[in-house]
Amino acid sequence: MQENSKNEQNTNSKPTMKDVLNQTDPNTRQQVYNQYVKDITPTHNWFANVCKAFLIGGIICTIGQGLLNLYKAMGFNEEVAALYNIVTLVGLSALFTGLGWYGKWAKFGGAGTLVPITGFANSVAAPAIEFKKEGQVFGIGCKIFNIAGPVILYGILISWVLGVIYYILLRLGIV
Amino acid sequence: MDYVKAFVIGGAICAVVQIFMDKTKLMPGRIMVLLVGLGAILGAIGVYEPFSKWAGAGATVPLVGFGFTLFNGVKKAIVSDGFIGVFMGGFTSAAVGVSAALIFGYIASLIFNSKMKE
Repeated sequence: MQENSKNEQNTNSKPTMKDVLNQTDPNTRQQVYNQYVKDITPTHNWFANVCKAFLIGGIICTIGQGLLNLYKAMGFNEEVAALYNIVTLVGLSALFTGLGWYGKWAKFGGAGTLVPITGFANSVAAPAIEFKKEGQVFGIGCKIFNIAGPVILYGILISWVLGVIYYILLRLGIV
Repeated sequence: MDYVKAFVIGGAICAVVQIFMDKTKLMPGRIMVLLVGLGAILGAIGVYEPFSKWAGAGATVPLVGFGFTLFNGVKKAIVSDGFIGVFMGGFTSAAVGVSAALIFGYIASLIFNSKMKE
Protein backbone atom coordinates (compact mmCIF):
# COMPACT_ATOMS: atom_id res chain seq x y z
CA MET A 1 0.00 0.00 0.00
CA GLN A 2 2.67 2.41 1.06
CA GLU A 3 4.94 1.32 -1.73
CA ASN A 4 2.20 1.96 -4.21
CA SER A 5 1.72 5.55 -3.18
CA LYS A 6 5.48 6.01 -3.22
CA ASN A 7 5.69 4.78 -6.81
CA GLU A 8 2.87 7.03 -7.83
CA GLN A 9 4.61 10.01 -6.31
CA ASN A 10 7.80 9.12 -8.12
CA THR A 11 6.22 8.98 -11.54
CA ASN A 12 4.27 12.18 -10.87
CA SER A 13 7.14 14.20 -9.51
CA LYS A 14 9.64 14.00 -12.36
CA PRO A 15 8.63 16.62 -14.88
CA THR A 16 11.15 17.42 -17.59
CA MET A 17 11.81 20.84 -19.07
CA LYS A 18 9.61 19.76 -21.98
CA ASP A 19 6.68 19.18 -19.63
CA VAL A 20 7.21 22.65 -18.24
CA LEU A 21 7.19 24.27 -21.67
CA ASN A 22 4.14 22.26 -22.72
CA GLN A 23 2.06 23.72 -19.93
CA THR A 24 -0.12 26.52 -21.24
CA ASP A 25 -1.73 27.63 -18.01
CA PRO A 26 0.79 29.96 -16.26
CA ASN A 27 -0.15 28.72 -12.80
CA THR A 28 0.28 25.06 -13.61
CA ARG A 29 3.44 25.85 -15.49
CA GLN A 30 4.83 27.61 -12.44
CA GLN A 31 3.96 24.60 -10.33
CA VAL A 32 5.53 22.12 -12.71
CA TYR A 33 8.59 24.35 -13.07
CA ASN A 34 9.02 24.53 -9.29
CA GLN A 35 8.79 20.77 -9.13
CA TYR A 36 11.38 20.51 -11.91
CA VAL A 37 13.77 22.83 -10.05
CA LYS A 38 13.23 20.83 -6.88
CA ASP A 39 14.02 17.60 -8.70
CA ILE A 40 17.25 18.71 -10.32
CA THR A 41 18.58 20.51 -7.22
CA PRO A 42 21.01 18.02 -5.68
CA THR A 43 19.44 16.89 -2.44
CA HIS A 44 21.74 15.54 0.19
CA ASN A 45 20.70 12.12 1.19
CA TRP A 46 20.32 12.63 4.93
CA PHE A 47 20.71 8.96 5.77
CA ALA A 48 23.99 8.69 3.86
CA ASN A 49 25.19 11.90 5.55
CA VAL A 50 24.40 10.48 8.97
CA CYS A 51 26.25 7.25 8.20
CA LYS A 52 29.31 9.16 6.97
CA ALA A 53 29.26 11.42 10.04
CA PHE A 54 29.01 8.34 12.26
CA LEU A 55 31.91 6.64 10.50
CA ILE A 56 34.32 9.60 10.43
CA GLY A 57 33.39 10.82 13.93
CA GLY A 58 33.73 7.29 15.23
CA ILE A 59 37.16 6.88 13.64
CA ILE A 60 38.45 10.16 15.11
CA CYS A 61 37.20 9.20 18.59
CA THR A 62 38.75 5.73 18.23
CA ILE A 63 42.10 7.32 17.35
CA GLY A 64 41.63 9.50 20.45
CA GLN A 65 41.02 6.38 22.54
CA GLY A 66 44.15 4.79 21.12
CA LEU A 67 46.24 7.84 22.01
CA LEU A 68 44.65 7.98 25.46
CA ASN A 69 45.57 4.34 26.10
CA LEU A 70 49.07 4.97 24.75
CA TYR A 71 49.68 7.91 27.10
CA LYS A 72 48.26 5.97 30.04
CA ALA A 73 50.61 3.11 29.20
CA MET A 74 53.46 5.62 29.22
CA GLY A 75 52.66 6.26 32.87
CA PHE A 76 50.67 9.51 32.79
CA ASN A 77 47.66 9.70 35.08
CA GLU A 78 44.16 9.84 33.61
CA GLU A 79 43.94 13.63 33.58
CA VAL A 80 47.36 14.33 32.03
CA ALA A 81 46.90 11.54 29.48
CA ALA A 82 43.60 13.15 28.42
CA LEU A 83 45.37 16.50 27.98
CA TYR A 84 48.17 14.99 25.89
CA ASN A 85 45.49 13.26 23.86
CA ILE A 86 43.85 16.64 23.13
CA VAL A 87 47.23 18.22 22.27
CA THR A 88 48.05 15.39 19.85
CA LEU A 89 44.65 15.44 18.13
CA VAL A 90 44.77 19.24 17.81
CA GLY A 91 48.32 19.10 16.42
CA LEU A 92 47.42 16.40 13.89
CA SER A 93 44.34 18.36 12.87
CA ALA A 94 46.41 21.54 12.28
CA LEU A 95 48.87 19.50 10.19
CA PHE A 96 46.18 17.88 8.06
CA THR A 97 44.39 21.22 7.70
CA GLY A 98 47.62 22.70 6.34
CA LEU A 99 48.06 19.83 3.91
CA GLY A 100 44.50 20.44 2.72
CA TRP A 101 43.35 16.96 3.72
CA TYR A 102 41.06 17.90 6.58
CA GLY A 103 38.93 20.02 4.28
CA LYS A 104 38.50 17.04 1.96
CA TRP A 105 37.52 14.77 4.83
CA ALA A 106 35.10 17.43 6.07
CA LYS A 107 33.29 17.39 2.71
CA PHE A 108 32.76 13.68 3.16
CA GLY A 109 32.30 13.44 6.92
CA GLY A 110 30.22 16.56 7.67
CA ALA A 111 29.50 16.67 11.38
CA GLY A 112 31.91 13.75 11.82
CA THR A 113 34.82 16.14 11.29
CA LEU A 114 33.14 19.15 12.92
CA VAL A 115 32.08 17.76 16.28
CA PRO A 116 35.39 16.30 17.54
CA ILE A 117 38.02 18.64 19.00
CA THR A 118 39.88 18.27 15.67
CA GLY A 119 37.08 20.31 14.09
CA PHE A 120 37.81 23.11 16.53
CA ALA A 121 41.53 22.94 15.69
CA ASN A 122 40.63 22.98 11.99
CA SER A 123 38.50 26.11 12.52
CA VAL A 124 41.55 27.78 14.09
CA ALA A 125 44.21 26.67 11.60
CA ALA A 126 42.19 27.06 8.37
CA PRO A 127 41.51 30.83 8.61
CA ALA A 128 45.05 31.44 9.91
CA ILE A 129 46.43 29.86 6.74
CA GLU A 130 43.86 31.45 4.48
CA PHE A 131 44.29 35.03 5.74
CA LYS A 132 48.07 34.87 6.11
CA LYS A 133 48.48 37.31 3.22
CA GLU A 134 46.57 40.02 5.12
CA GLY A 135 49.35 40.25 7.67
CA GLN A 136 50.43 38.97 11.05
CA VAL A 137 48.02 41.09 13.11
CA PHE A 138 44.91 41.72 11.04
CA GLY A 139 45.31 38.58 8.95
CA ILE A 140 46.41 35.69 11.11
CA GLY A 141 45.93 37.43 14.46
CA CYS A 142 42.30 38.38 13.96
CA LYS A 143 41.08 35.63 11.68
CA ILE A 144 42.50 32.82 13.82
CA PHE A 145 39.67 33.65 16.26
CA ASN A 146 36.93 33.66 13.61
CA ILE A 147 35.24 30.58 15.05
CA ALA A 148 37.44 29.95 18.08
CA GLY A 149 36.46 33.40 19.42
CA PRO A 150 32.72 32.74 19.72
CA VAL A 151 33.37 29.22 21.01
CA ILE A 152 35.70 30.51 23.75
CA LEU A 153 33.47 33.49 24.59
CA TYR A 154 30.27 31.52 25.02
CA GLY A 155 32.02 28.56 26.59
CA ILE A 156 33.56 30.81 29.26
CA LEU A 157 30.33 32.80 29.70
CA ILE A 158 28.08 29.76 30.11
CA SER A 159 30.49 28.02 32.47
CA TRP A 160 30.75 31.28 34.47
CA VAL A 161 26.96 31.54 34.82
CA LEU A 162 26.73 27.88 35.81
CA GLY A 163 29.65 28.38 38.18
CA VAL A 164 27.91 31.28 39.93
CA ILE A 165 24.78 29.14 40.33
CA TYR A 166 26.92 26.29 41.63
CA TYR A 167 28.64 28.63 44.11
CA ILE A 168 25.29 29.90 45.44
CA LEU A 169 23.93 26.36 45.80
CA LEU A 170 27.17 25.36 47.51
CA ARG A 171 26.89 28.22 50.03
CA LEU A 172 23.25 27.38 50.68
CA GLY A 173 24.30 23.82 51.38
CA ILE A 174 22.15 22.36 48.61
CA VAL A 175 24.95 20.64 46.69
CA MET B 1 36.16 -2.95 24.25
CA ASP B 2 36.97 0.70 24.98
CA TYR B 3 37.73 1.15 21.26
CA VAL B 4 34.28 -0.12 20.34
CA LYS B 5 32.71 2.19 22.91
CA ALA B 6 34.71 5.19 21.68
CA PHE B 7 33.76 4.44 18.07
CA VAL B 8 30.06 3.89 18.73
CA ILE B 9 29.53 6.74 21.22
CA GLY B 10 31.68 9.26 19.33
CA GLY B 11 30.08 8.25 16.05
CA ALA B 12 26.59 8.47 17.53
CA ILE B 13 27.17 12.01 18.84
CA CYS B 14 28.40 13.06 15.38
CA ALA B 15 25.43 11.35 13.71
CA VAL B 16 22.93 13.17 15.95
CA VAL B 17 24.61 16.50 15.22
CA GLN B 18 24.55 15.68 11.48
CA ILE B 19 20.77 15.17 11.63
CA PHE B 20 20.43 18.42 13.57
CA MET B 21 22.57 20.24 10.97
CA ASP B 22 20.61 18.87 8.04
CA LYS B 23 17.32 19.88 9.63
CA THR B 24 18.31 23.37 10.84
CA LYS B 25 20.97 24.36 8.24
CA LEU B 26 22.92 26.07 11.04
CA MET B 27 26.48 27.19 10.26
CA PRO B 28 29.38 25.14 11.71
CA GLY B 29 30.41 28.00 14.04
CA ARG B 30 26.99 28.06 15.67
CA ILE B 31 26.98 24.28 16.00
CA MET B 32 30.31 24.40 17.82
CA VAL B 33 29.08 27.10 20.22
CA LEU B 34 25.93 25.05 20.91
CA LEU B 35 27.93 21.87 21.54
CA VAL B 36 30.27 23.56 24.00
CA GLY B 37 27.35 25.22 25.79
CA LEU B 38 25.48 21.93 25.92
CA GLY B 39 28.53 20.20 27.38
CA ALA B 40 28.83 22.82 30.13
CA ILE B 41 25.15 22.41 31.02
CA LEU B 42 25.32 18.61 30.99
CA GLY B 43 28.38 18.88 33.21
CA ALA B 44 26.60 21.20 35.62
CA ILE B 45 23.60 18.92 36.06
CA GLY B 46 25.99 16.06 36.71
CA VAL B 47 25.18 13.90 33.69
CA TYR B 48 28.40 14.16 31.70
CA GLU B 49 30.88 13.06 34.32
CA PRO B 50 29.61 9.49 34.72
CA PHE B 51 28.97 9.36 30.97
CA SER B 52 32.54 10.38 30.08
CA LYS B 53 33.97 7.93 32.62
CA TRP B 54 32.04 5.20 30.88
CA ALA B 55 32.45 6.25 27.23
CA GLY B 56 36.10 7.38 27.39
CA ALA B 57 37.36 9.18 24.29
CA GLY B 58 33.91 8.83 22.71
CA ALA B 59 32.73 11.46 25.19
CA THR B 60 35.87 13.55 25.69
CA VAL B 61 36.98 14.00 22.06
CA PRO B 62 33.70 15.62 20.84
CA LEU B 63 33.35 19.34 21.63
CA VAL B 64 30.61 18.53 24.12
CA GLY B 65 33.43 17.16 26.25
CA PHE B 66 35.24 20.49 25.93
CA GLY B 67 32.20 22.28 27.39
CA PHE B 68 32.08 19.73 30.19
CA THR B 69 35.78 20.38 30.89
CA LEU B 70 35.05 24.12 31.13
CA PHE B 71 32.40 23.69 33.79
CA ASN B 72 34.44 21.07 35.62
CA GLY B 73 37.33 23.55 35.80
CA VAL B 74 35.06 26.24 37.24
CA LYS B 75 33.68 23.79 39.79
CA LYS B 76 37.13 22.66 40.90
CA ALA B 77 38.34 26.25 41.22
CA ILE B 78 35.30 27.18 43.32
CA VAL B 79 35.94 24.26 45.65
CA SER B 80 39.61 25.16 46.09
CA ASP B 81 39.54 28.99 45.93
CA GLY B 82 35.97 30.09 46.67
CA PHE B 83 34.08 32.67 44.63
CA ILE B 84 37.09 33.90 42.63
CA GLY B 85 37.11 30.41 41.12
CA VAL B 86 34.25 31.32 38.78
CA PHE B 87 36.68 33.67 37.02
CA MET B 88 39.55 31.19 37.01
CA GLY B 89 38.44 27.68 36.33
CA GLY B 90 37.14 28.10 32.78
CA PHE B 91 40.38 29.32 31.29
CA THR B 92 42.47 27.01 33.44
CA SER B 93 40.68 23.95 32.17
CA ALA B 94 40.49 25.18 28.57
CA ALA B 95 44.16 26.24 28.59
CA VAL B 96 45.67 23.14 27.01
CA GLY B 97 43.14 22.71 24.21
CA VAL B 98 42.96 26.38 23.28
CA SER B 99 46.72 26.96 23.54
CA ALA B 100 47.44 23.90 21.42
CA ALA B 101 44.93 25.00 18.79
CA LEU B 102 46.33 28.55 18.64
CA ILE B 103 49.99 27.53 18.65
CA PHE B 104 49.65 24.70 16.14
CA GLY B 105 47.26 26.80 14.05
CA TYR B 106 49.83 29.58 13.94
CA ILE B 107 52.68 27.23 13.08
CA ALA B 108 50.53 25.71 10.33
CA SER B 109 49.99 29.20 8.91
CA LEU B 110 53.77 29.71 8.77
CA ILE B 111 54.42 26.42 7.00
CA PHE B 112 51.49 26.12 4.63
CA ASN B 113 50.01 28.42 2.04
CA SER B 114 46.36 28.68 1.12
CA LYS B 115 45.46 26.23 -1.63
CA MET B 116 42.58 28.38 -2.83
CA LYS B 117 44.22 29.41 -6.10
CA GLU B 118 45.06 25.97 -7.43
